[in-house]
Amino acid sequence: MPSSKKPKRMTRRQFVAAGTMGCAALAVGCKEGNHGNWDFLNDAQARTLTAICDQIVPEDDFPSASQAGVLTYIDKQLARHYRRHRDIYRDGLAQAGAMSRERFGQEPAALAAPQMAELTSAIEKQNRKFFDLVRSHTFEGYYGAPRHGGNRNAVSWRMLGMAEPPVNGRAQYDLRKGSA
Amino acid sequence: MKRVNAVVVGAGAAGGIVAKELATAGLSVVLLERGKWYTANDCRKDDLRNQRTTVLGNAFGPEDEGNPRVLFDPHSGPRTLLPSEGGYQNNAACVGGGTLSYGAMAWRFMPQDFRMRSIYGAPAGSSLEDWPIGYDDLEPYYEKAEYEIGVSGDYSGSPFFGPRRRQLPMAPLPPNREFQILEPAAKRLGLHPFHIPMLRNSVPYNGRGPCMRCRWCVGFACEVDAKNGSQNTVIPTALATGNCALRTECMAREVLTDDRGRVRGVAYYDANGHLEEQLSDIVIVSACAIESARLLLNSKSRLFPNGLGNRYDQVGRNLQGHHYTGAMGFFDADTYDDVGPGASIAVADYNHGTAGLCGGGMLANEFIRLPIQMVDRMPAGTPRWGLRHKQSMRSFYKRNIAVMGPTQPIPSADARVTLDPAVRDKWGMPVARISGNVHPHTFEIGLVQAQRAELWLKEAGAVSTILNAGKPTVVSAGQHQAGTCRMGIDPQASVVNRNCQIHDVDNVFVIDGSVHVTNGGFNPVLTIMAIAYLASESLVRNWKGTGFRS
Ligand SMILES: Cc1cc2nc3c(=O)[nH]c(=O)nc-3n(C[C@H](O)[C@H](O)[C@H](O)COP(=O)(O)OP(=O)(O)OC[C@H]3O[C@@H](n4cnc5c(N)ncnc54)[C@H](O)[C@@H]3O)c2cc1C
Ligand code: SF4
Repeated sequence: MPSSKKPKRMTRRQFVAAGTMGCAALAVGCKEGNHGNWDFLNDAQARTLTAICDQIVPEDDFPSASQAGVLTYIDKQLARHYRRHRDIYRDGLAQAGAMSRERFGQEPAALAAPQMAELTSAIEKQNRKFFDLVRSHTFEGYYGAPRHGGNRNAVSWRMLGMAEPPVNGRAQYDLRKGSA
Repeated sequence: MKRVNAVVVGAGAAGGIVAKELATAGLSVVLLERGKWYTANDCRKDDLRNQRTTVLGNAFGPEDEGNPRVLFDPHSGPRTLLPSEGGYQNNAACVGGGTLSYGAMAWRFMPQDFRMRSIYGAPAGSSLEDWPIGYDDLEPYYEKAEYEIGVSGDYSGSPFFGPRRRQLPMAPLPPNREFQILEPAAKRLGLHPFHIPMLRNSVPYNGRGPCMRCRWCVGFACEVDAKNGSQNTVIPTALATGNCALRTECMAREVLTDDRGRVRGVAYYDANGHLEEQLSDIVIVSACAIESARLLLNSKSRLFPNGLGNRYDQVGRNLQGHHYTGAMGFFDADTYDDVGPGASIAVADYNHGTAGLCGGGMLANEFIRLPIQMVDRMPAGTPRWGLRHKQSMRSFYKRNIAVMGPTQPIPSADARVTLDPAVRDKWGMPVARISGNVHPHTFEIGLVQAQRAELWLKEAGAVSTILNAGKPTVVSAGQHQAGTCRMGIDPQASVVNRNCQIHDVDNVFVIDGSVHVTNGGFNPVLTIMAIAYLASESLVRNWKGTGFRS
């Protein structure tokens, strides 16, 4: 896709950097366990998860997963409805980090796009349970209802060309005429 | 607590009708419902939390906390599941039951659907049977459901249905774009397309307005209250008689019996978790097929050590729902028009009469697919994730049609609900354990149906298609659950008689989808409603009365 006319957006790395800066600036708010702006994730986990989610829904003319708020969605749910998936996330993210360091000598968030794609495929093969969970949750956060923190400004719905806000009140009968 | 004539357990499709019929006939009724009463104001259209997409929970019950079930999969063994997980096989738990949030297709079964064994013979290993009642017995009650609850649609395009005395009370909604694409294609194939009958107002009816054609219908409550269920029709009527008390957030624990083997009431937990007893002359169990079976199995006593109605180990057997199959077609022009509810056109040419198949099923276009429901339904060859997946969503979200249908299930006695020996719910009661599967011929029928759907889509101009015809390892009961307290003449091979009365206890009835002998090639709710009217009428006719008036 030609990117010349594309509105200026943050790249993944700028986004992550901004997130980290936000945390540093709000140092008092950064708890011991490194919980910056998150309810469940720590910053390192959030960086790795961002890298994976943005492979599942990458940026093009429309925002990537993390740009649309998917991390906020997943993090919120891990503190609420998806508490039962915490262990899989904790272990899966740790394993993803280890695989990245072993293959490329770097954290996932620092990898160039082709390497990150390769790593993501490797995670999909080696830890299918974790990957499928992240994949489902990424899609939920990207394509689901905005009220849960993802799909910011209904961005995916607009991308799909759906009327936003939706058109309601299409009844073709005049209710004031009384009932049958 | 005052003794009443009747306790009805479950304020769903059937329970609401029974409560209304008994209350208007003058019986005093207590209607127990484990869930809450939601109104149109609670409808909150949430793509991730409704009765269809439940990843963040069921909007209309039951909640995830304290309501587990166990699914026994032959490959992975028993799994304890939350109501928001697929294998749980949920319908709903609220006033209205499934009818608050259903898609509202309002099918009459065909005359053949009640005589499956006579017509086809039972495949080896199946429990295929005829019903003890036929289409003609039910016809007046189908009509009553169509008029009292309210159905729009038009069957006139199809010559395959049984005779009817009156047309539907409301015309169909105007056709959406999918209808316009699929109708000429069906005709070119020599099929007989028609407007799906729906429990949905197309014009003002019963004091409520018409559908305003929103995007979020199946799985959601309706904000303009145009979807007709028991919660906005028969239950308010029952309450208006003054003879019916609705108690919400009340969970029946067991049906109580006396020393002579007669039922004397129901023990239930109220909203505060207190155990209460409501004594009554009769009890009607209308808790939906899985929970009705569970309640009877949990109702053990000295005379009924294996549960009520279960002398011959029949309660919970023949669990069925629908094996849904079909195809998706992808088009090179927009098919999506954002005009709800989406499902609009059907053919019933394939329900019966194919050599080598015991039945078939109806095929119809699907309700609007929300974006989250499309992520795993992209054209063949689309990667599961990544840029090409995203591009594919963009290319095809508005350019696809899904034609699907419920395959006539061939029942098996091994598909069943039992009590789990270990897992308990939040009240300490053994939970339902679901195991077994319908007869494998069901999947052969399902595959043929999927191929027929594919053919229709291709004729309509689909540039590519994918088949949806899986082969689940455990029975798919879920929203169409039925069969667990089969109606029949032989007390050793069924649970209730043709009046829905348990064979060996004459003052307890099971009235809901549980009594279905077979489940047709159609969504079941209108048949459940018709049976509720029929059974209530015979109950009232035979009622001698005890003189009780509140
Ligand atoms: C999203 C969705 C879409 C559907 N679409 C269609 C469709 O288009 N067409 C169609 O024909 N069908 C459809 N159905 C299925 C339809 O709703 C069911 O077939 C129907 O509601 C079943 O009726 P029932 O009376 O057997 O049970 P229900 O309507 O489920 O009612 C049973 C009630 O009993 C209550 N209950 C259970 N146990 C207890 C207890 N121990 N104590 C107290 N209360 C209890 C439950 O909370 C529930 O409210 C749909 C269902 C859903 C959820
Ligand atoms: S499509 Fe119509 S009946 Fe369904 S929820 Fe929307 S307005 Fe109500």
